[in-house]
Amino acid sequence: MSIFSLAITVLVGVLFFVLFFHLSNFLLDYFRVKASKNFAFENSIRVIIFIAPAFIVLFVFIIYPVFETIRLSFYDKVGENFVGLFNYTWAINDPDFRRSIINNLGWLIVVPTLSTFFGLVIANLADRIWWGSIAKSIIFMPMAISFVGAGVIWKFMYDYRGPGDQQIGLLNAIAVALGFEPQAWLTIPLWNNLFLMAIMIWIQTGLALVIFSAALRSIPNETLDAARIDGASELKIFWSIIIPYLEQTILVIWTIITILVLKVFDIIYAMTNGQWQTEVLANLMYDWMFRGGGDSGRGSVLAFCILIGVIPILAWNLYRHKQEQKV
Amino acid sequence: MKKLTFASVFSQLLLLLFVIAWIVPTFGLFISSLRDKDVLAISGWWTSFTTTEVNEIYRTKGKEDQIKEGDYYFIKSNLFDENQGKEIYRFGITSKNIDEYEVGETALFKDETEITVFENGDYVWKSKEEFKKKKGKRIFVSAKSPPSFTLDNYKEVLLKEGLGQAFLNTFAVALPATLIPLIICSYFAYALTWMKFYGRDLLLATIIASLVVPLQMCLIPVLTIYNDFGALFGVSAKSYPGIWMAHTGFGLASTTFLLWNFLKTLPSEMIEAARVDGATHYDTFIKIVVPLSIPSFASIFILQFLWVWNDLLVGLVFLDKHPSEIILTAKLKELLGSRGENWEILTTGAFVSMTVPLFIFFSLQRYFIRGLVAGSVKG
Repeated sequence: MSIFSLAITVLVGVLFFVLFFHLSNFLLDYFRVKASKNFAFENSIRVIIFIAPAFIVLFVFIIYPVFETIRLSFYDKVGENFVGLFNYTWAINDPDFRRSIINNLGWLIVVPTLSTFFGLVIANLADRIWWGSIAKSIIFMPMAISFVGAGVIWKFMYDYRGPGDQQIGLLNAIAVALGFEPQAWLTIPLWNNLFLMAIMIWIQTGLALVIFSAALRSIPNETLDAARIDGASELKIFWSIIIPYLEQTILVIWTIITILVLKVFDIIYAMTNGQWQTEVLANLMYDWMFRGGGDSGRGSVLAFCILIGVIPILAWNLYRHKQEQKV
Repeated sequence: MKKLTFASVFSQLLLLLFVIAWIVPTFGLFISSLRDKDVLAISGWWTSFTTTEVNEIYRTKGKEDQIKEGDYYFIKSNLFDENQGKEIYRFGITSKNIDEYEVGETALFKDETEITVFENGDYVWKSKEEFKKKKGKRIFVSAKSPPSFTLDNYKEVLLKEGLGQAFLNTFAVALPATLIPLIICSYFAYALTWMKFYGRDLLLATIIASLVVPLQMCLIPVLTIYNDFGALFGVSAKSYPGIWMAHTGFGLASTTFLLWNFLKTLPSEMIEAARVDGATHYDTFIKIVVPLSIPSFASIFILQFLWVWNDLLVGLVFLDKHPSEIILTAKLKELLGSRGENWEILTTGAFVSMTVPLFIFFSLQRYFIRGLVAGSVKG
């Protein structure tokens, strides 16, 4: 399609929603003047105009699909015949599924931990150095890049050439310079998972960093100064004041990255496509969604497993929301 | 000024180490995208800043370029098609001995013709008899190549590989998929904050629960709806409006939540005063709330735009891989499969896909960070 027809499509799409709200409210005002002043009725119509589009979208794209996916996980591949727990027993006995669960657990342990740790360390370092904000910008930058783009960047870093050839991947060039054999990093089972995780850590450290930077500023200077006057070392201050102070923030960052990691798909799909034992749930789910014309039963089971992973976080978020509402 | 203590030097060095580790991968990609594809395939990008030594093969011109001077026939030309600043220091005429001769020396072919190659690639090929072959001879040269960068890869990728079209497609996906949720969620968030209606708290709780629902939970049923819808009305199940609405749906919870978080910080007296003066909720929304919310709109716009721009999964599921619909990330993934060894295409393609996010990042970083922090510290 040409730029022109794309632009027209875009414009029509956006205008549709602008006009919906404008016209419906205009009509409501128009009839209000004519009809009797029934405020309660008018208000409820207005509420419907305000929330209906969003609610319909929420229902069609989130609420209904969640329950439908759970239902489908008990049905066969076309979603017509009830098969009970068949899909679940299949999953438990499937080596790919078990491999995915193990890999996902690995991701869940390594990525949030290291991203949070690096973020915290860098935020602290950058806070006290005059060129700190430039450093923060640079480390934060990968946040803006797509996972696929990051995948290409790192695939280039991990590129492998035979032992005799010149290495064009930086990692192998370093390995060779240090006297090691070059490695095809992404094909070494178990280790390759770490090389994939490194990409996610590279991206998510920036997120942890900016949030920690904001939180660090909220630590009262008097507390820090008092500790310094008492002769506490910077390391001591870090462990005994800063870490306890940031406990909540650490927890929040941890949960955000955990949710992201549970859904991780793009990186693995772009880099290895689940080969060499790098499958994760989201990848396997995508696979089953389209494999052999699509298997909605198995795909749903895999999606449901990802949901189970976020349920504790979901419950915790709701609990915190309730606490906040009380205040 | 602080004193230069061991601790401060150490922390500066440590930070520098982090910065280098974080910037080098992207920097390497960028440099590689500017290098000549033949050089890129055989040498690391870090060698591109220094003069490198390369061994190359060229072919001389054939009989059509010969001229006769005195008793001899000559072919005089330059080995390089265009001046790349290379300096030849040795050359050879057989593959067995590719650096047999010093530059400026004269080499003798088996057919008793003589050739002299000069530093800048000029050569003089001399023969007693007329040159008869259309094809020239192979010349092996060892040359020093100064750092050189080119934009050829970008031309190739944007025009021939179809990334230019994918770039436009991504815009056509991302702009409405950002604006539509912003429009409908701002009304929704207003209603959640300032309107009283039955079930409001339940709705809010649903939004908070939806925030963390993984996308994967929704894909299969939504795709089924689209397929049924497409079959019912005889339209394609994969279309631009389809993906706009899918992105709207998946971004709705976070957009609403961020806006709600912002709106509840507005002074309620102001809204109530407007209501008492007889303004409808619509007037209050358009004339008071929207102007005050512009900065938070900007933050949310950037977050959602980047999310849509960088998304791969939704694009794969709800759009065709046809050139008129494929988005940048899907195209890039396709290239990773089909052109996995063509690093000039991959690095350039990746950089093209990163231009818009990086532009937004560097120009609107403050809004980006504000949105992220607002979305995380509170939620």
